[in-house]
Amino acid sequence: MITAERKPLEEIIASVKPFQRILLVGCNECVTVCAAGGRKEVGLLASALQMHFMTEGKTIDIKEITLERQCDPEYVEELNVHMDQADAVLSMACGCGVQEIARRYREKPVFPAVNTKFMGASERQGVWAERCQGCGDCLLGLTGGICPIARCSKRLLNGPCGGSTTGKCEISPEVDCVWQLIWDRLKALGMQDRYEDITPAKNWQTGRGGGPRKIIREDLAE
Amino acid sequence: MEQFEPVVVAFCCHYCAYTAADMAGSKRLAYPANVNIVRVPCSGKVDAIHLMKAFEKGADGVYVAGCLEGDCHFKNGNTQVARRVAYVKRLLDEIGIGGKRLEMFYMSAGMGERFARIATEMTEKIRDLGPNPVKSALNKKKGKAVA
Repeated sequence: MITAERKPLEEIIASVKPFQRILLVGCNECVTVCAAGGRKEVGLLASALQMHFMTEGKTIDIKEITLERQCDPEYVEELNVHMDQADAVLSMACGCGVQEIARRYREKPVFPAVNTKFMGASERQGVWAERCQGCGDCLLGLTGGICPIARCSKRLLNGPCGGSTTGKCEISPEVDCVWQLIWDRLKALGMQDRYEDITPAKNWQTGRGGGPRKIIREDLAE
Repeated sequence: MEQFEPVVVAFCCHYCAYTAADMAGSKRLAYPANVNIVRVPCSGKVDAIHLMKAFEKGADGVYVAGCLEGDCHFKNGNTQVARRVAYVKRLLDEIGIGGKRLEMFYMSAGMGERFARIATEMTEKIRDLGPNPVKSALNKKKGKAVA
């Protein structure tokens, strides 16, 4: 999923301060799962903003709505009926959702209420960790299903660097050395010979190195 | 000027604090009438939004009272809500209401004295902190509605 964290309230407050009627829009997908911008968080943020402005002697109108998905135009259309009564939109979706609203409603200012972080997985309740960088050329088949691009601090492709100590990365004792994890996994699978294969320099053009990316499925695209 | 009488909302677990309140009553222990009890099936039932809405609607202080550690009827509702309370305290600090207005307490069903003491201490603490800053805006709004 795409993970996110709520921005500091001070920053959110500063962005919506000049407006009287705010449309606060959550998203039912990734940001709900990582507890950053779902229905619950929309309710909490609306309450926090309302109280903050009340302490300043001002009341604002906040309309709360949580869409099924904010990155699909079909769902964003549902905002049509509310847009006339809003001076600005505050989105709790990831950057994709914010941009979809900005694209659809060109005349309305849109502000993000969360910082979009990374593509990750849940390690345990309340903890999410980076797992994928969308490099566009997946090599998990070579590395026992553990990604050195997303999880090695140096994105090394052929074994660990000299900073790997007792299975931990030199950047922090909290961070596993991914090459240790890969080796342990290959050993468990009896596929140690894979470790001997030399992976050539990666073509980063399939990732962000090639500029903004797009997928066109000709059988589906109209 | 009229003395400020705080409104305190206490979310009390049915299995401990609510029964402790009952015990306080049976023992004829006095505690301030400022405390408004909301009975919940487990303190873990109390969500962050319930705490926020209590303040938004004008409560001057709020507390959650759950079972002693390790004694939750539903295993760990009390420790879960304690983390939620800590989160909302930080949020209240950020928006200028003040996290001190919100607290978490633990007690058993037999602790009538503790219930009465906490109710008294919390009421006095909130009295010292003064009214919830959102109240003046709420009163203005109400005044406008009447006019």
